[in-house]
Amino acid sequence: MKFKDHKPIFLQIAEHICDEILQGHYPEGERLPSVREYAAEVEVNVNTVVRSYDWLSQKDIIFNKRGMGYFVNERASDNIRQSLREDFFLETLPELALQMQKLNISVEEVKNALQILQAKE
Amino acid sequence: MISIKNVRFGYNSRQVVLDDFSLEFTQGGIYGLLGKNGTGKSTLLYLMMGLLRPQKGSVSIDGVGTSLRTPEVMSEVFLVPEEYDLPSISLRKYVEVIKPFYPRFSNELLEQCLANFDMTTDIDLGSLSMGQKKKVYMSVALASNTRYLLMDEPTNGLDILSKSQFRKAVIGGMSADKTIIISTHQVHDVELLLDHVCIIERNRVLLNEPIEEKDHAVNLEELFIKTVKDPL
Repeated sequence: MKFKDHKPIFLQIAEHICDEILQGHYPEGERLPSVREYAAEVEVNVNTVVRSYDWLSQKDIIFNKRGMGYFVNERASDNIRQSLREDFFLETLPELALQMQKLNISVEEVKNALQILQAKE
Repeated sequence: MISIKNVRFGYNSRQVVLDDFSLEFTQGGIYGLLGKNGTGKSTLLYLMMGLLRPQKGSVSIDGVGTSLRTPEVMSEVFLVPEEYDLPSISLRKYVEVIKPFYPRFSNELLEQCLANFDMTTDIDLGSLSMGQKKKVYMSVALASNTRYLLMDEPTNGLDILSKSQFRKAVIGGMSADKTIIISTHQVHDVELLLDHVCIIERNRVLLNEPIEEKDHAVNLEELFIKTVKDPL
């Protein structure tokens, strides 16, 4: 796994696991690799993966069964999409708004451009 | 705990490598021992192993001086030097010989580590390339299950795939009660494995602290350059 410089590694790993869940690599209800197994797979310190798993647990994407390890939540895909939607409104959209302001682009212009894009799909 | 107190060491009277040098490794975990070339990293590892004796001061592991080389201490510490020769015997024979010295030696872990390197236990030590020799000896070191494992420039001479296998082997062979000290100037090869970073310059410890998640993102090389250029 290739890591970027600007974002905490544990978050990049958590997002990578989300992608893997959405792609069905780890089906809902199934057990995830142990922290140590996953750390060896992506070649990082065990504590980094502990933080990734904690973060995913807080978002109800995975959960811990005492003594049995971590499992993918039954509603993991919905929860991941919910979390990505939040990211969109909290991060992507404000960035877009800033760019629009800088370049003096109106909402109307963006709306039209979006409609053309969607028509193409 | 490994404790280095007020140590002086020089290979001859004109070339003093360490003088009044102190450093402690208090917790378990994976330490990166970084420093520019010639700052005494290898010397420190040899002192910890009791292969060199301090001319002043003391080096102890769990309170016992390492220069005494007591069996109790020696069975809990393993050094993988940067370069070494292995005898021309089979790996099985070699393991048979060293196993009695390491009470928690694990054949299972040896097989697991070798498997990480795409190797088996069925090899002859006399017919190995330099890289293979490193892989075998590192596997033996991890399998010895000592509480302290010292590695001097472990990724030197390994190709890209082998470096990746090395990281997997270290993570797989690590456990909560172990302390692994990796001396290196190849920061990139190991930075994501580390719990602690320790940067030394002659006679001085510039930095000895746990790595915060943020530093992993900031990138250890920058931290190293900043610390060495601009000592605290």
